This record gives sequence, structure tokens and C-alpha cells, in this order.
Amino acid sequence: MSEELLYWLAGDLRWSDFPPKADMIATIAALIVVAGAIGVVATLTIARRWRWLFDNWLSSLDHKKIGIMYMVLAFVMLLRAVIEAVLMRIQQALSVNAQGVVSADHFAQLFSTHGTIMIFFVAMPFISGLINYVMPLQIGARDLTFPFMNAVGLWLSAAGAAILMASLVIGEFSTGGWSGYPPFTELAYSPGEGVDYWIWAVTLSSIGTTLTGINFATTIYKERCEGMHLFRMPLFCWTSLCTAILMIFAMPPLTVATALLALDRYAGFHFFTNGAGGNMMNYANLFWLFGHPEVYILILPAFGVWSEVISTFSGKRLYGYASMVFAVMCIAVLSFTVWLHHFFTMGQSTNVNAVFGIATMLIGIPTGVKVYDWLLTMYRGRIRLTAPMLFAMTFLLCFVIGGLTGIILANPPVDFQVHNSLFLVAHFHNMLIPGTLFGMIAGYMFWFPKAFGFRLDERWGRIAWACWSGGFLAAFMPLYWLGLMGMMRRTAISFEAAYQPWLNAAWAGAALIVCGIVALGIQLVVSVRRRSDLAVPVGDPWDGHSLEWWTPAPPPEYNFARRPRIEDTEAFTNAKRDGRAYHAPPSYEDIEVPRNTLIPAGIGAAGFVCAFALSWHIWWAALLGLAAMWAGVVLRSLQGDTERVIPAAEVQRQNEAWLDCARQTAPVTRFAEVERINRGRAMETT
Amino acid sequence: MSAGKNLHPGINLGHSDPAGHHQAEPVMFGFWIFLMSDLVLFALLLATYSAMSVHGVAGGPEPRDVTDLASAGIETALLLLSSFTIGMASLANKYHDDGRRLLQWLGLTAVLGIGFLAMEARDFASLIAEGAVPQRSGFLSAHFTLLGCHALHVAAGLLWMAVLVLQLMATGLERALRLRFMRLALFWHMLDIVWVAILTFVFLYGAAG
Amino acid sequence: MSIETCTNADCSGSGHGLLSPAGLIAQIQQDHLIQTVLIVSVVIVPVFIALPLLLWRYRLARQNVYSPEWRFAWAPEFVIWGVPVVIVGFLGFSLWHTLHRIDPYRPLGTGTEPPLHVQVVGLDWKFLFIYPGEGIASVNELVVPAGRQIAFDITADGPMMSFIVPRLGGQIYAMAGMRTKLHLIADAPGSYRGLNTQYNGQNFARQKFELKAVGPDEYRQWVRSSRNGPALDMARYAALAKPSVIDRPLRFGRVEDGLFGSIVAAYHTADRQPGDRLSSAGDTHR
Repeated sequence: MSEELLYWLAGDLRWSDFPPKADMIATIAALIVVAGAIGVVATLTIARRWRWLFDNWLSSLDHKKIGIMYMVLAFVMLLRAVIEAVLMRIQQALSVNAQGVVSADHFAQLFSTHGTIMIFFVAMPFISGLINYVMPLQIGARDLTFPFMNAVGLWLSAAGAAILMASLVIGEFSTGGWSGYPPFTELAYSPGEGVDYWIWAVTLSSIGTTLTGINFATTIYKERCEGMHLFRMPLFCWTSLCTAILMIFAMPPLTVATALLALDRYAGFHFFTNGAGGNMMNYANLFWLFGHPEVYILILPAFGVWSEVISTFSGKRLYGYASMVFAVMCIAVLSFTVWLHHFFTMGQSTNVNAVFGIATMLIGIPTGVKVYDWLLTMYRGRIRLTAPMLFAMTFLLCFVIGGLTGIILANPPVDFQVHNSLFLVAHFHNMLIPGTLFGMIAGYMFWFPKAFGFRLDERWGRIAWACWSGGFLAAFMPLYWLGLMGMMRRTAISFEAAYQPWLNAAWAGAALIVCGIVALGIQLVVSVRRRSDLAVPVGDPWDGHSLEWWTPAPPPEYNFARRPRIEDTEAFTNAKRDGRAYHAPPSYEDIEVPRNTLIPAGIGAAGFVCAFALSWHIWWAALLGLAAMWAGVVLRSLQGDTERVIPAAEVQRQNEAWLDCARQTAPVTRFAEVERINRGRAMETT
Repeated sequence: MSAGKNLHPGINLGHSDPAGHHQAEPVMFGFWIFLMSDLVLFALLLATYSAMSVHGVAGGPEPRDVTDLASAGIETALLLLSSFTIGMASLANKYHDDGRRLLQWLGLTAVLGIGFLAMEARDFASLIAEGAVPQRSGFLSAHFTLLGCHALHVAAGLLWMAVLVLQLMATGLERALRLRFMRLALFWHMLDIVWVAILTFVFLYGAAG
Repeated sequence: MSIETCTNADCSGSGHGLLSPAGLIAQIQQDHLIQTVLIVSVVIVPVFIALPLLLWRYRLARQNVYSPEWRFAWAPEFVIWGVPVVIVGFLGFSLWHTLHRIDPYRPLGTGTEPPLHVQVVGLDWKFLFIYPGEGIASVNELVVPAGRQIAFDITADGPMMSFIVPRLGGQIYAMAGMRTKLHLIADAPGSYRGLNTQYNGQNFARQKFELKAVGPDEYRQWVRSSRNGPALDMARYAALAKPSVIDRPLRFGRVEDGLFGSIVAAYHTADRQPGDRLSSAGDTHR
């Protein structure tokens, strides 16, 4: 076959891009991915679960199922990114005046994929998933405003994640870091498919997230139940709203940055190239105009989780609700005014640096307020140190350290020194692990009983907490010190023997974090096995405050038999106190729910094909993928009958069964919260 | 939320189709938010353009070399006129049930839109013929990208219009379709607003500078 | 001494990075760091005290005072908003003041001697130092007189890099076609590690150099001996600019006039294909 014909058919893709690879570890990783994929397919086939998978999950437009699928995606990607982190820690610990175990180029791919995955395919799916599951329940809605678009968002994110997985098997990934700074990522310095993989994976995620943000914001503004004024929403909804607003405004800059970089690489444009008028400083501005709000997109929903967890397990109303809302809004607005602190060292004037430094420190004010509001929420409460609450405590302690180092980094005089160093790496991991990730784990443990009808095993939850907390401290506190010693990020080898003990500690910490993940896995398996012991069918195992606890566990697909009408933020608490929480409504009505459809998954698959083909310059397949994506949208608009009616009688049957169950269940006190007798009807004891 | 609060900004269907008006509320609101997000995209492209038009010339053509005011004038006239015609289409969408009048106004809008795209294609072709290709300098890259992105949006709007018209002919003016026409009109107006910004910053400033 | 053998004992002296400043700038940076930590402690230390206390006093088993409905009071509200506002105000003032003292673009207000000018070109994966006043140049070895401030002009011929000497101060980006500035001073003679902090390819971690601060006589002698080195003309520069790791420092006795300026300017002329190095159109980066 002629070279030209081959290019038309397969672009730059050749047999040599498939495993085995030059690097032993890379080959093993590729084989693990392939084996994992084969394993999943085989398991589904043997267990005859394909139809179940398609009918119940892949085609679902139910916000609860989409939320769970987001979380599954996040957990799978978390596994890979943590393994990469451990590999990097091993490399750095073994490469002081030595070669270590991986090549410099492989190391660069590791930090690039680790960062990209953790931000776009772990943290983002986690928060999208949690908000998806919890927020509509908390505002008493039946679903998001746009269920179809919600599923499209999920499948575009999944397509982006699939690109990352494909890059592990076929070809190589970018070495340009998660921020993909040109001109290094331009063709001149990074030829090959790596940066293209990065561009399209991130772009898919960015478009999906923009759609999701629009959906969340519309839902919160338009789908609240009667009496749910904005200032009666649970704090998690407020943080979801701020996150949604940030997504709407902050994702377009990322789309623009990656699109312009793509134009440079594919069409020879000169946005960020060296020379011909290109200027990478524009990229830095565009990227961080996204990147800084992005960190608040990641942390704000966790703030919401902490507010719910701390208030629930202190048995108290949240202290300073209005103050908290105001603080969150302040943070959201300020997050757009500080992007320049990511490049104090780019040579702009001192006054500009100073203004952005001070603006950055301003964010410390509302953030500090929140920490104290949480402490005041615990004041005069009845505190139970369940696993989610334990995570919350680690969060509070670590988060103030992260706040301190954030203030330090906001000071250009110090930033000049620690920019690009491990101090910076320690800082953002300090915010994102105890902040976002612990928040998501706590949220997972907190709302798991709601989603699946049984609690998670408490003992393994505590073990997981101990491993994660200890692992985090051991892995990242040394990095602060190494940063002050002048060790820079992204170094595959180092030449200072004094780094060694600190690198060893960091490596041990990373290993402990892996133990934490294993503990989470064991917790899940143990809990599934003991599910009848842990069952909480009534749906309110923690004496919750907000509406999501006022439904069965798991909730029916329409969420509420009758949409609630509330008169206070803590309507459910009041109803429980007055003994009217489980009274039957006067009447029932037919409920419309969206019909299942496979179109969103199809759009995601087409998006994957398009992105993969673009990365390898297989133009015909890229066009086909793009056309298929739009065909999916048009096809949807042609579907006439997109709703399914659940008759009132059926709703009544289900609801009364639940109410009977609730009335027959003995209330359980907080002392017995984690005992077997907790069947989901928890009560305050005074 | 009670029905009384459902007063979305835009054409009010409340008199002829209260239920449709009720449905329009979240749908239109969501679309406004999408437009906001799309405007952020254009704002950033404009910002990139303005930086590049000063620092990215690299010895190549400058803004005044690539702006043809006469052509821009015709393009502006076409697009603004199409905004008027799609406004008339929106009124037809509200007051008439048979869809015929709607089709006529949409047809006129499509003709004007295609005319606009043809003019822009002519501009691009003449620039390329002069050697002012986007690969030549950062400024030209930004120029082609900004205008190209807007043109792509106009083309997408036309394609969307075509799909909706086919649906209209197949099913008649259903409620769901009415809401889609309302969104299309909003989208089209937004492209006009973006064009006004482009006209100012690219063409008028360019010609003056 | 070659960079490869520059291990802990040789290079690091008594300490590392910001922990052990050896110049005025780094000293100010360290002082600012310590000051910031102390001030912010006013807000964070109470958290460390209050949290265990709250957990102990209000644990469920203790059945202490319980006010489930208590949700707001003005007094704590004023404190938790007011104290951070005051602290950030103070920090902001201190930031402004310190930052203007050590503005990397302005000469330090110390000493009477005019600064020593050094032009830095970041290359894959080494630093070229041009001494325009002396007409010499070196690679991966920066010899300066101790106690005299150095005024750097910095650019790159390749992807973006970042220039720092941790124990003296920094850092500032090195970008192709652009010229950034930095002022540093070494208080005492010594050997200090300098490096690139911005990832620029597989040998990024090896892009480091040694800054030697020496006495005035020793400096003059070093300059004299450097003059014997080969000339750095365009051809030799082109060879040098190719991606490579330099194990031993190089010295050049003569430098083509305006070399630094032409490296910066090359990225502004329209006829050059961008992304090309001055040196080589063809060779690949990785």
C-alpha cells in the first residue's frame, strides 16, 4: 500500500504505535488497560448483564443514575491517576543522583496525565455526579431541567476519559503538563499525537462541563419546589449554584485556549508560537482565566458537603447560613479577579503583581469565615465522629494549613522563589485532597445510604479515613519543605542528597494513600455483602435536615410522590419534630419522567471517535464522528414522544408502601446511628 | 413555582398558549444562559484579537490593510436586516398557527444570512489571494479566527433553521417547535450583537487605525 | 568542576534554597515569608485549639449543653469577618511594600558600584551567559563578584524557561522574542545552584548551572583567563543552541556584537518560520 493511501486511511497511526512499547512499565500499563477492558466485557457477557446495563444505566436520563455513573467514572480514573502518582513518587525517591525507574519522557507523560485526569476526569466527574444526585432532591425537583443534555454532558466527559485511556495503549500522551503551556506544546517542540490527545480530551470535558453548568443553574433557578426560596436552599445547593455559574463563565476560556492551540498545531496559525506574532502570554491569560475559577468549581461543592456533614453530625442547624452564602458568593466573584497570580514571574509591572496578590489574599477572608462558621456549627452540638465527620475534621485542620500556604503564594516576593517548586505542588494538593477529594469521599459515604438503601460499613470507613489522612500528611507536608529547599516540580531526577529523606517520606505517604483506596474498596465490598444488616429503607439514617432525606432509600425515579411544599430551610426537621413527617399526602397525580434513550451515549461515542481521529489525523473518521454527534442532536429533536407517564395509582402504591415501612420502623437514637437497628428513621434525642 | 412568576424575557406566548408559555420558562432561561456562555467565548476571541492586532502583526499586514469598509457595510446591512426579518418570524410564531407566514419570514432571513456568508467568503478569498493568509502572522490568525467563528455560528444557525423548517413541514407548528423557533430567534439576535462588536473593533477601529 | 559531579557537599554549602538565603533579595523574601506565617497564625492557631476542644466538649456521649436551633449571633460574626479583614489589610500593606523593595526590574538601592550586566539566554537544556561589558560569555557557569549586584537581561531561544538562583533570589521567565529583567546580589563569596524551573523537555532536570560569587581580584582574573577561549560567533552559537546537555561549563573569549539583541529580534522578523530555532530548522526536539 502506498504511503499516501495509508495516510488517507489511517492518518499517522501505524502498527508501531501499539504495544509493546519501548518502556517496560508503559507496556505493562497498556496491558493492564487492555486486560481491564476485556475483563469488563467478559464479566458482562458471562453474567448476561448487557441488556441490564443498557436498559438501566447507559440509556438512562435519570439524574440519580447519571450522578452515580459520574461517580463510577471518577473512581475508575482516580485509581489510574493515583497509581501514576505513586510511580512518580517512587521515581523521585529513587532518582537522587541516580536514574530511577522511568525515563524522563515517561515521567513527563505521567505528570501530564496525572494532572489532567485528576482535574478533568476525577474531580470534575465527582462534583458533577454529586450535584447531579443530591441537588434536585434537595430542592424538591423531579429531575434537572434538561435531562437529555445532562446525559450528553456525562458521555462527553466519559469520551474525554476514554481518550486518556486510549493514549495509554496507543501512542503517547502529552509531556506538557496539565496546563499544556505553549510554546512547548506547539508542533516545533512537541510533534506527535500527545498534545493532540490532551487538547481533545480536555475540550470534550470542557464542552460537557459547560452544558452541565447551564443545566445546574437553570434547575436551581427554575425547578425549586413551592416555598423553596433561594434563601431556604440547603447550603450544598448554594455552592452548586456558584459552581454552575463558574462553569458557565470559566469553561469557555478553556475551550478558546485549547481551540486556538489546536489551530496553531493543525492549521499553522500563530496564536502562541514563538515568532510570527505569536505570544504564549495570551495562552497563560486564557488558560488561567479558566484555571483559577476552576479550582473554586472544584472546592465549592465540597464546601457544600462539609456544611451538610458538619451540621448533620453535630445535630444542629448550620451556623451563619446567610454569612456562608455571602462568603461563597464572594469567593465565586473574586475567583475571576486573581488569575494573574499563576504567573507573577512573567515580568509584568510590580503594581500589577501587587494588585493581583492582594486580590488573591482577599479570598482568604470569606474562606476563613467559612472555617469559623463550621466551628461555630459544632459549638453546643451533639457531635458524632462518624467516618464522614472524621474526614471533615481532617479537612478543617489541613485546610487552614493550605490557606496559610495560599496566602504565602499570593505574595509575589515569596512566590518568586517557590513558583514552579514542590511548595506549589504541596499547596494545591493540600487544597484539592483534604478539600475536594475528602469532601467527595465524605459526600459519597454520607449520601450512599440514600442512593442504594444501605449504609457503608463504618469500621472500614474509619480505616480509610486514617489511611487517607495519614497518607496525605506524609505525602505532602514534606513537599512544602522540599519546595523551600528549591526542589522544582516535574523533575525526574535530582542532584541533592538532602532531598532524600523528605522524598522517602512522601513516597511512604503515597503508599498509605493507596491503602486508603484499598480500604474504600473493601468497605464497599463488605457493605454490599452485609447490605441486609445495613439497610435503611426509610431513607433518613443520619437524622438529616434537608429534603433528600424525606424520600425512600433508594428514591423512586420521580423522587417525590408529591413535590414537597416547605416553609423553612429545615422543613424536614420540623416535620419530624411535629410527628408529621410520614403522613400520607391528600392525593396523587400522574407523573411524567423522561424515556430512556441511547442517543447521549451515542453522541459520546461519536465524540470519542472524532477526538481520537483528530489526534491521529484520520480526517475521514474525524468528520464522520463530528457529523454523527450532530446527527444525534438532530435525531433527538425529531423524537416526538420523549416522556413516559407513571400513573397516579402506581405512585400511590409505592409511596404508601414506603410510608407504612416508615411508620412501622422504630425510631433510632443518635447513639445507635451506626448500629444494625438503624433502619433509616433516625431521631433527635434531647 | 406558581404560574404568575413565569415571565421569561422574550416573546410571551401567554395569551395564545398558556401551557406552552409555562414550558417556555425554564427552556428559554436555560438558552439565555447558554448565550451568555457563548458570548464569553466571543469576548475572549475579541480580546485575543485586540492584543494580536497590536503585538502580533510581525511585519505583515496591519488591521487597516485587511479591512474593507464597503464590504463590511453591506454585510452589516444584510445581517441587521435579517435580524428584523427573524423578528417578524417570531411574531408570526406567536400569532399564527398555520406556520406559512413564519416560513416566509424565515426564508427571507435565510437568504439574507446566506448573502452575509457569501460576502464574508468573498472577503476571505480576496485576503488569501493577496497573501494575507492566517498562517502569516498572529494578527491574521486572530482576524480569521474571530470572523470565522462568527461565520461558523451563522452557518450553524442556518443549518438549525433548515432542520426546524423540515420539522415544521412534517408536523406543523407544534408547541415544542414554537419554543425552538423562539430560541433560534434569540440565537440569531445574539449573532447580530456580536457582529456589532466585530464591526466596531475590527472594521471601524481597523480602518481608522 | 563539572555540573554532574556537583553533589550536596560541593554545591549546597550550608543549606538550601529559601531556607538559607545568601543574598539581600533572598533574605528579604525569607523575612517576608516568616512574617506572613506569623501574621496568618493569628487566624489559624485558634482553629487548631478550638477544634479538639469542641470535639471533646460537645461529643454526643458527654450530653453537654445543646442548642440545636442556635444559628446566628452578631458578636462572633463581627470577629470572624473583622479579624481576617484587618489581617489581610495588614498583609496587603506589607506585600505592597516588600514587593516594591525587591522589584526584579529595578536595581537594588545598595552599594555605589554600578551593577554588573549579564545577558542570559535559556537554551535547551543549558543557560548561556553573555557579559556585554567584558565581551566574554560562558555556558552553565556564572562567575560574578560577590557584593556587587548583577542586572540580568533574560530571553530564551526555545520553549519558555524560568531562571532562578534559589539562595540569591528570582525567578523570572525566559521567553523567546522577549526580554525580562532580574536583579540579584550575592552577599558573600560562595557557590550557588541556579536552574530552570519550567519544564522544557526530557533533560529539563539537568538544566542547571553554578553561580560562583568570588572576590573582585579573582573575578578579574577569571575574566582575563576567559578571554583565551574561542569566539562565540553566529555559527558557534547555532551549534550551541541545538538541544543538548552540557556536562562541563564552556567559556567564550569573544562574543559577536549584539548577539543577545539578534536572538530576541529573530523572533520578530516575518521571514523566519516561527518555532524554528536560529540554529536548526530540521532537528526534532525529543
